Amino acid sequence: MKPIFMTYTRGDLINLAILLIVGVVVIPMTVSSGYWYTSILIPWLCLALATIGQQIIMGYTGQLALGAAGFMAAGAFACFNLILRVPGIPFVGALLISGLIAAAFGILFGLPSLRVRGIYLMVATLASQFFIIWMIDKFGWFKNYDSSGIITAQDIVIMGKPFTSPVEMYLVIVAVVTPMTLIAMNMARGSTGRNWMSVRDMDIAAESMGVSLLKTKLQAFAISSFYCGVAGALFAFTYLKSLEPVAFDIKLSFKVLFMVILGGLGTINGAFIGAAFILLFPVLLNYIGNNVFHGAIDATIISAIEQVVFGVLMIIFMIYEPLGMAKLWETIKIKIAGLFSKK
Amino acid sequence: MADQILFFIEVVVGGLLAGTMYSLVALGFVLIYKASATFNFSQGAMVFFAVLAFVGFMQDFNVPFVLAFFLAVFLMIIVGLCTERLVLRPLMNQSEDTLLMATIGLGYVLEGLAQAMWGVEVRRLDLGIKDFPIPWIADNLKLFISAIDLTAGIVAFGMIIGLTLLFKYTKMGLGLRAVADDAGAASSIGIPLKHIMLLVWSAAGVVALVAGMMWGARAGVQFALVDLALKALPVLIIGGFSSIPGAIIGGLLIGAVEKVLEVYIGPFFGGAIEGWAPYVLAIFFLLYRPEGLFGEKIIRRV
Repeated sequence: MKPIFMTYTRGDLINLAILLIVGVVVIPMTVSSGYWYTSILIPWLCLALATIGQQIIMGYTGQLALGAAGFMAAGAFACFNLILRVPGIPFVGALLISGLIAAAFGILFGLPSLRVRGIYLMVATLASQFFIIWMIDKFGWFKNYDSSGIITAQDIVIMGKPFTSPVEMYLVIVAVVTPMTLIAMNMARGSTGRNWMSVRDMDIAAESMGVSLLKTKLQAFAISSFYCGVAGALFAFTYLKSLEPVAFDIKLSFKVLFMVILGGLGTINGAFIGAAFILLFPVLLNYIGNNVFHGAIDATIISAIEQVVFGVLMIIFMIYEPLGMAKLWETIKIKIAGLFSKK
Repeated sequence: MADQILFFIEVVVGGLLAGTMYSLVALGFVLIYKASATFNFSQGAMVFFAVLAFVGFMQDFNVPFVLAFFLAVFLMIIVGLCTERLVLRPLMNQSEDTLLMATIGLGYVLEGLAQAMWGVEVRRLDLGIKDFPIPWIADNLKLFISAIDLTAGIVAFGMIIGLTLLFKYTKMGLGLRAVADDAGAASSIGIPLKHIMLLVWSAAGVVALVAGMMWGARAGVQFALVDLALKALPVLIIGGFSSIPGAIIGGLLIGAVEKVLEVYIGPFFGGAIEGWAPYVLAIFFLLYRPEGLFGEKIIRRV
């Protein structure tokens, strides 16, 4: 085993420091409106984390899985039940255990990946999506026998201090997402990630070179659903502030899939770009609908247009830039750098 | 005891007939897979798009039934044409996964377009067939079988026979099978690839329209059709992606098994196991026979 933390170049460290300063110091000091936190920053970071999970299984390991929302639901309800039933459990501990529970589901439903791939695997993972949601819905224990169907999430309490205001919750999420992103980046470029990618590019070749398919695939499923589980718990506790199985239906799985593909397969920063785009584009569309057309366009039409645009973009990216917006961004950066170097 | 057996038969027959609707969707899937080795994830969206357009023509423009049907067929041919031109041709020779993802995008486009054009409310579709037990069968055999289920079954079998004949005995069908076998070799001996693709996508569109009409008449034309159509995927896994009889038998199997499970085992778990039972059944099939009942064995090389 190689050590998880590898060396960074000076540029990487500077970038990280700038991002951290902006994320932890500048944003909380300058952005004061709750709207930015509750409707944009919080869901963005939560969904980006889930997208990293999907990215690991789909972008790095090349397994077409479509059950991210199911694992998110598993994580969310595990976290709810842990806090409810285990007295004195710290929030971060509950979060990690929920991730592990989601990972267990991931291994279970990842088993078919040892035999099948492509759309076959997609159908197998759809089983996880429908089964997990059904299970939570039908067994009252998971919902603490609440008949209304909507359960309010507990407040986040860390070291006796409640984190309930938007800014505080945002900081909690940053504190979780930052290390997890760093770990994902390290895994992706270390030996773990190399194994994933060798399985993605040609699994039979990888196997004949001594990469254990069993271990690599199930490991990827476990890590991927761990990320999804933690993301789901954060999503429920900070963004939804309630727990309802319906919130984690197949539409959310598709959304996460779109974030991965539009953001760029096999890139971690693509997860953030994709999540931002999928979240912000509807906001922009609604803004145009309200301010340019003054509500003349029906809200259902706007959401239909949004769907068409996502679909068209997906096709366009598949044709012209299968590596998504992350690659596009790299290309633009190189072009701009080229412009300056000519002078 | 006799009552219980009759009830069991009723459950199975009801399931089989409901299963023909899954078969119809799966059929469109198989058509495209056979001709272009593309997993068309958007088949469910095509069902929704086609039938919503059909109902839209009838209800919003007061077009008579037959004309609306042909308009919808025409529309599906245009959809096929655009798909071939704008999605498939630029992605020629790409990996199966890439094409699959592109068709997921296509599905989104179709769903969005359908809703933008015709709205989101549930529409009733009246084919003049009632969702009631057929009196003659109910009196003589003591089985309660819905007329619309039976019609769907008959229509499905008619389409299957028609398509099988088309594949087996026409020149077009021969060309189609040649393209499915090896597109490069087929085009080098002068089989017009473009025409074949267009034909196949149009045929899949028509199959989607018929499937949508049957389903719409039963449950209303609504967005939930897309989710129902997802169940065609386990059907395909059980039947095999490239087999028309497989699609039919897979559909019947899924229909019957999910009904029997729902009626006899469902109550112990609070019901609604129909939602995931087909997928779990598909997983078991995947573990033992990944190519499906009638599919061709997949051999992969380095």
